[in-house]
Amino acid sequence: MPIVQQLQHWLFRFGRDEQLPIVPTQRRIFIVPTRTGFLFSAVLCLMLTGAINYNLSLGHALVFLLAGLGLVAMVHTFRNLIALRLTPGRVEPVFAGEIASFQMYLENTHRHARRSLDLAFGQHERVSLDIPGRMQAMVTIGCPAPNRGRLDPGRITLSTRYPLGLFHAWSYPHPRLSCLVYPKPIETPLPPPSSVSHTGQRHGDNGQEDFTGLRLRQPNDSPRHIAWKAIARDIDNRPLLIKQFAGGAAEELWLDLSLIAADSTETRLSILAGWVIAAERMQLRYGLRLPGRELAPGQGNAHRDACLEALALYGEKDH
Amino acid sequence: MLLEHGAIPWLLAVAVATAAPHASHQPLWLSLLVASVLLWRIWLWHEHAPLPARGLLLLLVVASVGGIGWEFRTLFGRDSGVALLVLFMALKPMEMRTRRDSMVVVMLGFFLLLTHYFYSQSIPTGLWLFGAATLLTATLIRLYGGAQPVGDILRYAALLLAQAVPFMLIVFLLFPRVQGPLWGLPQDAHSGLTGLSDRMSPGSLNNLIQSGAIAFRVQFSDGLPEKSRLYWRGPVLIDYDGETWRARPTYLPTQGKAPAIEAGSKSYSYVTTLEPHNQRWLLALDLPVKLPAESTLTATFETRARTPVQNRARYAFTSSPDFVVNRQEAPAILQQALRLPPGLNPRTRELAVEWQAQFKSPEMISNAALRFFRQESFFYTLQPPLLGQHAVDDFLFTTRRGFCEHYASAYVVLMRAAGVPARVVAGYQGGEINPVDGYLTVRQSDAHAWAEIWLAEKGWIRVDPTAAVAPSRIEQGIEAALPAGDPLPALIRIDADWLRDLRNRWEATNNAWNQWVLGYNSQRQREVLSRLGLSEPDWRNMTAALALLSAIALLIVTLWTLYQRTTATPAQHAWRNFCAKLKRLGMTRADWEGQLDFARRVARERPELGTLSREAAGHFADLHYGTGKPEQLHRLKECTRRLSRLQSSSRRKTN
Repeated sequence: MPIVQQLQHWLFRFGRDEQLPIVPTQRRIFIVPTRTGFLFSAVLCLMLTGAINYNLSLGHALVFLLAGLGLVAMVHTFRNLIALRLTPGRVEPVFAGEIASFQMYLENTHRHARRSLDLAFGQHERVSLDIPGRMQAMVTIGCPAPNRGRLDPGRITLSTRYPLGLFHAWSYPHPRLSCLVYPKPIETPLPPPSSVSHTGQRHGDNGQEDFTGLRLRQPNDSPRHIAWKAIARDIDNRPLLIKQFAGGAAEELWLDLSLIAADSTETRLSILAGWVIAAERMQLRYGLRLPGRELAPGQGNAHRDACLEALALYGEKDH
Repeated sequence: MLLEHGAIPWLLAVAVATAAPHASHQPLWLSLLVASVLLWRIWLWHEHAPLPARGLLLLLVVASVGGIGWEFRTLFGRDSGVALLVLFMALKPMEMRTRRDSMVVVMLGFFLLLTHYFYSQSIPTGLWLFGAATLLTATLIRLYGGAQPVGDILRYAALLLAQAVPFMLIVFLLFPRVQGPLWGLPQDAHSGLTGLSDRMSPGSLNNLIQSGAIAFRVQFSDGLPEKSRLYWRGPVLIDYDGETWRARPTYLPTQGKAPAIEAGSKSYSYVTTLEPHNQRWLLALDLPVKLPAESTLTATFETRARTPVQNRARYAFTSSPDFVVNRQEAPAILQQALRLPPGLNPRTRELAVEWQAQFKSPEMISNAALRFFRQESFFYTLQPPLLGQHAVDDFLFTTRRGFCEHYASAYVVLMRAAGVPARVVAGYQGGEINPVDGYLTVRQSDAHAWAEIWLAEKGWIRVDPTAAVAPSRIEQGIEAALPAGDPLPALIRIDADWLRDLRNRWEATNNAWNQWVLGYNSQRQREVLSRLGLSEPDWRNMTAALALLSAIALLIVTLWTLYQRTTATPAQHAWRNFCAKLKRLGMTRADWEGQLDFARRVARERPELGTLSREAAGHFADLHYGTGKPEQLHRLKECTRRLSRLQSSSRRKTN
């Protein structure tokens, strides 16, 4: 490791935060004067010289008051960050080239409001927010996702200059974050259905069209299918229920990596991603065939997401 | 980063607050220009209109800087510097587009605050310091914190400043004071200071007497002489040209011998706090036997500082009111004390020569002159008629109305014409004890002129011809001596007791302010620190103490700011009260038990408390977790009260 990185590592305590929520403590908040702060101190020096030269006792008092104000501002800038509770929230998968949006929940357990908190991943675009006293706020931090796979946005820079802009305080919360990045889809015509083997409704297969009944909700069910009306009848006792549907497609479409004649794997994956989206849009039943992996034909958003995930993670070691 | 529209009014308020008070001493055209530029900017803000082109602004800058240069004849003086700052303060908002531009306005504002102290360092100015500093701080908060309610911003700014006050006090007390100036001050640094002048022409004293401003304050260490002996000696005026009396700047003690003072046994020690008057005389009580450091006694017994007094300063004297001085006097000095302009005032000379023939001794001639003032119909008034070329003739034989300068002048001319060495002494006479702090206050309105004659073997003797005409002027002060119809500035003639009391209090406060805040210099600092137990205050242990105390103050501020008790919300507080009441009735909520569950359990086990508990728990749940309305808090508290009523009524039943 180069010496600068080592120094940074020691100084800023790089490394992941395993415990949630992440709370910036004294040891993890850094503070330096801003350009405005330096300007302010230069103005104060000039004022002090004037006060001494003209023997202005009140001038001395003013300069000392403002110097005190600078010190107090430092404490208050620090206060704006300390003991803020940061918890990562949902991340929706994105296509390569888009901006991944990471939700963060920030809780202000203090009585006073936190203002002008800036959050960003590295040098990427900052988002600003205020949190009133004893309130929570949710913020979405963007991070560009140039490549497919799992995106690790790295540490968050949480910074502020409030209240007077004389000091810049920051902290580096580093939660375990990752965002699934699908290949950037390329729109090409769909291949012809390779096998039209409509074998009827298979056991346990869920369609989208005909309502067949209710069942208990499972974690990966889409919230769209929750039977809100049924739950609302007796809110105290009913667990979450899911509406079940059946039926639908007639043709099966196999999307196969080996069918595509393109030079690079990435392009081929992109074409496949485009097909998956197009097939889903056209309400077809489709399956995905990758070297070493096969997803049985199906339909629906969950199926589409599973296919796209397989494409995103294609070739990754940990899959 | 672009400047928010909503932040601009704050910056304009800063510009107005810091520039407006300068209008009192800036040329009118500049004030009008600044006002119209700021109004223009406000209008642009209101209309969301674009800012004017830079070329136009540049033209405006060049023209007004030229105007300032022409007005003050320089750009580098103190007043012209302030004028430039005020101008820039008005023009900068015209090209304020980004947050960085606005920073320039704020910093300029801080600097402009300081320049106000060139002109006034009074208590109101000091209070205004806090007001303006709060506004500037609030502006920074607005710039860096975004839109918030104005009251919140101002409150936060005031809090920050209040926390900065301990630092101010510590550093003010301990910062090693350097006696300025660090470099030569511009010529106009001390213009506009009032006081006696080294010349006396008709009406010059009159202007001074109209002013109620304080000339100096005196603190006697034990007792003070009676009022009729309080003659504070200023410049001695020797040369007369028929109109104006002038002091001789060349009278240094080296030229003659040092004054030979034979002091009486009674002497008074006192400390004078002299307001700056930009002259060198220090106004000692006649005659000083012990002088402050850095001052000398001239051949005419004036106490002179080495440099003009440009700052309020304290001087310690010892004076003896009974004295014989210079039984032997240098012939040159006596000669000057006999000189008269030739050809003027023939009738006065005639009278004097008559007296000279009639009376054998100079004392008798002097008494004749005083008798003349007393017996003829002379009046004491501050509104004397104009005098002609033969001023003394006109005064003595025609108008006979005047005040100290006329009497002293006429007397000295009479004496000189009769061959008695005489001269005019300008200074102050009397003063008033402020009962609040015991200081003797001497005002410009106590300015006075009297005479001094030299008698062989008796030396210089003070003669006050005004006392012959208006003895009350000497014994009681100027307001007693003037006829009732004579106008005087309101501050001098105060009849209402409560008003006088108020003024005394105000002036005593001001005096304390002057002594402890404005007059806090290296010497005062040493005094204070040794009283605080820092026995040998040198810069090293002062710096150490400064660092230590600042660190302690910072620690306190930090702890106070960062330490947060996990205080309960009002709803939690009310719910806890309710649960405490229930506990006394035998129902204890377990820590893990939800509010609604608990209420249900209460309803099961103690049905008579069930409805109340359900209601209270419902209100609390709404307030704490949902969208509770404010009145639900009242209802929750009401539940607690109803519970206590239930409790007391059930107790009555069991009893």
